[in-house]
Amino acid sequence: MSEPMGFFTDTTVCIGCKACEVACKEWNQLPATNGGVNTLSGDSYDNTRHLDGLHWRHVKFVEQFNADRTDGRWLLMSDVCKHCVRAGCMEVCPTGAIIRTEFDTVVIQSDVCNGCRDCIAACPFGVIGINPVSNVAQKCTLCYDRMRTGLEPACSKACPTDSINFGTIADLKKMAEARVGQLHERGEKRAYLYGADEKMLGGLNSFFLLVDKPEVYGLPPDPKLPSRHLTPGSLWSTLGAIVIGLMGLFSFRDRGAAAADALEEERDERRRTA
Amino acid sequence: MNAVGLPSTFFTAPPEWRWLIIGYFFIGGLAGGCYVLAVLIDFFGRVVDRPLARLGYLIAFPAVVISGLLLIIDLRRPARFWHMMLQSNTGLPMFKTYSPMSLGSWALLIFGALTLLSFLAALESMGALRWPRLAMFRPPHVVGRVVAILGGLFAFFIAGYTGVLLAVTNRPIWSDTPLLGLNFLISAASTSAALMVLLAQRRWYWRSTVVALERFDAMVLVFELIAIIALIASLGSVARLWLSAWGALLVVGVIIVGILIPLALQWRPRLIGETWSAAIAAILVLVGGFLFRVVVVLSSEGVRRFG
Repeated sequence: MSEPMGFFTDTTVCIGCKACEVACKEWNQLPATNGGVNTLSGDSYDNTRHLDGLHWRHVKFVEQFNADRTDGRWLLMSDVCKHCVRAGCMEVCPTGAIIRTEFDTVVIQSDVCNGCRDCIAACPFGVIGINPVSNVAQKCTLCYDRMRTGLEPACSKACPTDSINFGTIADLKKMAEARVGQLHERGEKRAYLYGADEKMLGGLNSFFLLVDKPEVYGLPPDPKLPSRHLTPGSLWSTLGAIVIGLMGLFSFRDRGAAAADALEEERDERRRTA
Repeated sequence: MNAVGLPSTFFTAPPEWRWLIIGYFFIGGLAGGCYVLAVLIDFFGRVVDRPLARLGYLIAFPAVVISGLLLIIDLRRPARFWHMMLQSNTGLPMFKTYSPMSLGSWALLIFGALTLLSFLAALESMGALRWPRLAMFRPPHVVGRVVAILGGLFAFFIAGYTGVLLAVTNRPIWSDTPLLGLNFLISAASTSAALMVLLAQRRWYWRSTVVALERFDAMVLVFELIAIIALIASLGSVARLWLSAWGALLVVGVIIVGILIPLALQWRPRLIGETWSAAIAAILVLVGGFLFRVVVVLSSEGVRRFG
């Protein structure tokens, strides 16, 4: 296996140009419109709105304005699949369509997926969606095909400000920690890394530098693996099965003399009416 | 909307599991529940109870077939349904012990085979099939006992795993409690007993057997009520999502119409006349069980992702 690869996205230098979105769509041949329809959000410069089966990169426009819009700021973040080291989508996939590659990235094999959509519900980041063209679940592959030939993923290649950095996870972590230190020195004390350490799902192979709470960027504050409920849920169900089994046993077992009498009466009545 | 403070499950995307899946959860529950009841009656009932057990087997197999069809139709690529069972590139079995959907696919297949054997034996016992050897697939024959015990275990699994499947996601409500499997299992038992009571309103079922089934259903309904209250409590702050039309449907449709009124009719059959009391109670239990799945599935589906 080659060294784990990934993205480090420094949101403080993102200018919202969406070159990454366009490059991703071009390389992966994703349609620009949804079923031939251009949908506009109507309340934001962000018309993509979220990641899904057609949008594997999404530049989030977090627009923070006061009520009369005299003061405000935009936080910009190019969002993408996190390629979790412990991936919830991989856990639940019943067909084995979701695999971990030699680059430690997570890829959905389009020719295997049957569109059950369990991975969509399991992803803690809302990354995966059904591609209406192929009718299977799709998401960022971290340009697996480009990486196989030694090329950089299309989005990071196109990023004009180096907000999206591609490389080995070890190198990216060093780069990210240095950048956080630099920002702290310059007075931006809110800067921190989201998903760089192993506490979050074993580490995210796409991690971010943020300057506000994760929720502000539409990121979960405490993402978890879906399997956390597998054992307790199964145990509670087993307990229920035992109780129901006992209820059935007590209801249908030899129902005693009273039942026998009732049965005899019933037989007599049937004989009379036969 | 200010996202700060929202639980992490609110940042996920809905899988668009809707009516086909709700239908599967309901009919699959009936398949599992009816089979379990049939096995319990066959093992612990009297000889005169056996026609009611036969009814359970007769329901279970068609319900499993319908369940499988609903699941396949719901796939975005239905022709690839077999990818659940076999690895499409190697042909080797595809089985994941930690994926409820993978386990469920296999369980449904095996349960389907076992219900088919019981179904054939049931048809033989009522004279619809003239092949006496089929009787071996039903107790008291030793082969029938093995089929019934294995089938009963798989039936319990089918009745409850769907709730665990929902819990093993990251969606609001579903993954905010470990009790959905328990609730689905109990609901499967109550609706199955209700369906069998409803279909057993015919002359040739012994009244005492049907009364035992009604008594079983009443016990399960009390258990179900306790489990639903525990479910709501276990959701914590997320239960606020049910301060809505979904919550109203849960209280009115599931708890009042599906549990409390049937219990009242069980307790005081003369309220609406003894002739129709049991049948109406059974219909209400079935309606409540269906609405419970509607509330659980659609109230979470309706939560759009934040961000």
